[in-house]
Amino acid sequence: MELVCPAGSLPALKAAVDEGADAVYIGFKDDTNARHFAGLNLAGPKLKQAVDYVKKHDRRIFVAINTYASEGRLDHWKSAVDKAADLGVDALILADVATLEYAAKKHPNLSRHLSVQGSATNKEALNLYHQHFGIKRAILPRVLSIAQVKHLCQASPVELEVFGFGSLCIMAEGRCHLSSYMTGESPNCNGCCSPASHVRWQETEQGLECRLNDVLIDRYKDGENAGYPTLCKGRFEVDGNIFHALEEPTSLNTMDLLPELRDAGVCAIKLEGRQRSPAYAKQVTGVWRHALDRLGNHSTLQIEPQWTEVLDKVSEGSQTTIGPYHRSWQ
Amino acid sequence: MKTSIGPVLWFWNKEQLESFYQQAMQSDADIIYLGETVCSKRRSLKTSEWIELAAKIAETGKQVVLSSMVLLEAESELKTLKTLCNNGQFMVEANDMGAIHLLAEQKIAFVGGAALNIYNTATLKFLVDLGMTRWAPPVEMSGDQLKAVLDSAKAQGFRDQFEVELFGYGHLPLAYSARCFSARAKNLPKDDCQFICGQWPEGLAVNSREDQKVFVINGIQTMSGARQDLRYLKQQAIDAGVDIFRFSPHPENFINAVSAFANGEVPTAENDHCSGYWFNKPGMEPAV
Repeated sequence: MELVCPAGSLPALKAAVDEGADAVYIGFKDDTNARHFAGLNLAGPKLKQAVDYVKKHDRRIFVAINTYASEGRLDHWKSAVDKAADLGVDALILADVATLEYAAKKHPNLSRHLSVQGSATNKEALNLYHQHFGIKRAILPRVLSIAQVKHLCQASPVELEVFGFGSLCIMAEGRCHLSSYMTGESPNCNGCCSPASHVRWQETEQGLECRLNDVLIDRYKDGENAGYPTLCKGRFEVDGNIFHALEEPTSLNTMDLLPELRDAGVCAIKLEGRQRSPAYAKQVTGVWRHALDRLGNHSTLQIEPQWTEVLDKVSEGSQTTIGPYHRSWQ
Repeated sequence: MKTSIGPVLWFWNKEQLESFYQQAMQSDADIIYLGETVCSKRRSLKTSEWIELAAKIAETGKQVVLSSMVLLEAESELKTLKTLCNNGQFMVEANDMGAIHLLAEQKIAFVGGAALNIYNTATLKFLVDLGMTRWAPPVEMSGDQLKAVLDSAKAQGFRDQFEVELFGYGHLPLAYSARCFSARAKNLPKDDCQFICGQWPEGLAVNSREDQKVFVINGIQTMSGARQDLRYLKQQAIDAGVDIFRFSPHPENFINAVSAFANGEVPTAENDHCSGYWFNKPGMEPAV
């Protein structure tokens, strides 16, 4: 299985390559990218340096152009596709039908991967994207159980990539308007969820309060670990109880499932975290490289305690879960 | 402008549904959508019963559309979808690209639901070419964005090939998950959910710790805390190019509201409703 690692900056990309990523994925520094956060992503000469570095090490580089083109601005998405093609990247990660259509027509020989934002969770959806846009691979949203992933691998017309580790998006990607409902910024169109520009922290008598566009998302007691205020990981009151009504701040970690995912025929494991530091890219890539190398063709994988320790340290709330892969989580 | 009643998004039992559709048949709505779109475990009516009910409603002269599930994961869900798509009589509202693939392959015309990501004319054209004859835009699309897409479709000569249906009134469907949040709130596993979502006929409120109703949870679906109300923007919607105004069902005083609107009444906006999306603002912003 291919190890696909995140790079939100040139140092992160180099760290991932140095630690053994088979492929890295990046995005441009604009709203064509579903990780469009201030201070992140690549532009200008750094893009060429990134591609050169990856090629020199004989690895692959993918570019995520995975937001939905707004009306009147499709040329901006088309330019992004052309720019990626000119850079000589190995694949485009796309979600929007209009962008897929353009890429397939203009650059037929450049591989197209359906982004997780494309929200394809069943074989018929995959058939549509394969038939019309010749996608080579699809990245599955984090909503399927392991049994469903296995089943889909058998039925899919294209190779499938799944998330292995990182922040856990609990909603079917591409189908979540929570952020735009609260802030006006749309993950689908603006590439931003719970944007920092709308976050406000305030020390109060009741504790540290965090607001997203003035809505109280969480309130922390002294000494309590305060995470980034992603709105679906806030604490709310439901039926008289205050708790993480949608999801705890926790990360996905599917290392335990690696033998099953390989046997199912999953072609690639994606690590999440383009918004994280180069140190994160280095640590998670290193651990997953070791794990995949050890897995090889063996039927089981012995997980080293120090791997878990490293992954727990970089996880939200120092917790991990196999999330939707496990029926009981659902 | 025509008026429609969207599919019931909540988990109502068979008696509640039958009573609701009995009233809906008497209402002044032009179009009625039927079917389970949120969770395949909910089976107040079997697929065959939904189709029978559709036939009964169609006898009243209303147009009937069968709505399909938004999040299709299991093979059993695809099987149900195929039954819906092959019903041979009624239009289907496709809420997933998988449904569109099945319908397009058989050259069956369909309604494209709001859960599809159609934000530009090129995508719209692709789907119209596949057989989409009615489009419900994403709920987060503003009036200006909608007008821009439709003006462009007109300029490209295909605006007359489809109708536009606005999600005008009701709790907005905002997100879908593998996880059932209603079961989670009651510490039940999804596999043994005991159909707990049926306890809340208009969803379970998610409030901030300052008592602000932020969301409503409805099984695996997260909805807006406030109901959206765009009734008072009827003329603006018509000017943008909207053909049909959709009311999404809720339990109390619903049918009267539909009929009043269908008969030309345009009420003023109520305080606790929202309409931000239409104005390109956060969706939760109150109706102004």
